[in-house]
Amino acid sequence: MNRELLKKAIEGDELSVSRILTKIEYFSEEGMEYLEELSARAGRAYTIGITGSPGAGKSTLISTLIDHYTKEGLKVGVVMVDPSSPFSKGSFMGNRIRMQDKTMNKNVFIRSLASRGFLGGVSAEAIMLIEALDGLGFDKIILETVGSGQTDTDVVSVVHSILVLAIPGSGDEIQALKAGIMEIGDFYVVNKADKPEAEALYDSIKFAIESGETFWRDGWKPQVVKVSALKGMGIEELTKRLREHEEFVRGGGLFEKRIVERRHKLIELYLRRKLEAVLEETLKENKTTLSEYESKGINLNKAIREVYERFKQRI
Amino acid sequence: MEKRIKVIVAKLGLDGHDRGAKVIARALKDAGMEVVYTGLRQTPEQIVKTAVQEDADVIGISILSGAHLELVPRVVEFMKKYGLNDVGLVVGGVIPPQDIERLKEMGVDEVFLPGSSLKEVVEKVKSVASRKRGIKVES
Repeated sequence: MNRELLKKAIEGDELSVSRILTKIEYFSEEGMEYLEELSARAGRAYTIGITGSPGAGKSTLISTLIDHYTKEGLKVGVVMVDPSSPFSKGSFMGNRIRMQDKTMNKNVFIRSLASRGFLGGVSAEAIMLIEALDGLGFDKIILETVGSGQTDTDVVSVVHSILVLAIPGSGDEIQALKAGIMEIGDFYVVNKADKPEAEALYDSIKFAIESGETFWRDGWKPQVVKVSALKGMGIEELTKRLREHEEFVRGGGLFEKRIVERRHKLIELYLRRKLEAVLEETLKENKTTLSEYESKGINLNKAIREVYERFKQRI
Repeated sequence: MEKRIKVIVAKLGLDGHDRGAKVIARALKDAGMEVVYTGLRQTPEQIVKTAVQEDADVIGISILSGAHLELVPRVVEFMKKYGLNDVGLVVGGVIPPQDIERLKEMGVDEVFLPGSSLKEVVEKVKSVASRKRGIKVES
């Protein structure tokens, strides 16, 4: 580990911060040593997760939140995850485009991250970067998930407050009642609320929340807020309620609890990555075996069992 | 885990034509790179600051306005100021062939003129990343 680099990063030198984050996101030995040090200093930042379907306005909303928090004199770190290609493993990350004007603000650090095979909207890397930014003294850390589908709910164990963005015209009341992403929000933010369909969406989500208490996270009744991130409409109301939620979290002893959950999730996702690798190897190794089974007329059930046995052995 | 090449693709200065930059960004993605697309009308310092925060291996600039001899040196200046001596810089766009040498003297690693193939761009970005940052690339 380069102590000098770490010292400079802690003092706020952006390039040093950035280079350390890269070491960490690639799980390098040196990176894990930095993470160790920074994790020991972490546990102070308030973390906010933003999720919602592609094009819901997550990045644009983050841009307005950055404005709000930097005006209060806070240091804001942003980690944004965009999908990696299942084919080339490359990534086209375009989230920054909505907040490029914040790049020059010395109290803002924005980092894009490719999902690198993680499903669920959040990656082990993303959690490690949050941990590191926390240790580096950022006051607020905002996590933007991959544009989510209905089951991308990993963010629930990672942050203090969760905002689920919904956009008008994207479905009826039935969608609001479904399991998955519509169960995880501390806030459901109806973005693009200047559209005529916004009222109906607002009512649908409201109805879903009112119809049961199951998904009140730690006793917090989820709220629905209408905003237009692009036009700045409703942002003041949203940040006011976010502050109330933060008070609720801090007052109810949930602040530390969620940091512990985040660390558990990191370990879980790390294990899943390792498991994934074993899985891939097993499948590769058994390709010929499986086709032999077919040609020799041995049934699929038997094939599955045998491959499973080898999978277990590999682990 | 194997290091992926990270590239910033940015439109420099007052220039609203971003189709080419998007095509390049996409080709780099298809070649397995992690591309951060900044969008239009970026100042030299904004682009360099973005590369700092993203820890980019290569900065790719698209410029079709004719101001490359004014603006690219500013990018190079800021790269020095922010300590990005080991980061690659490639420029593409409507650039008269006689300017290529001047740009390279300023510190640009590669210049792509209209008509460059995507394959050529990908290969050269890879070799810049390998030369400047020591990233291993499969040929």
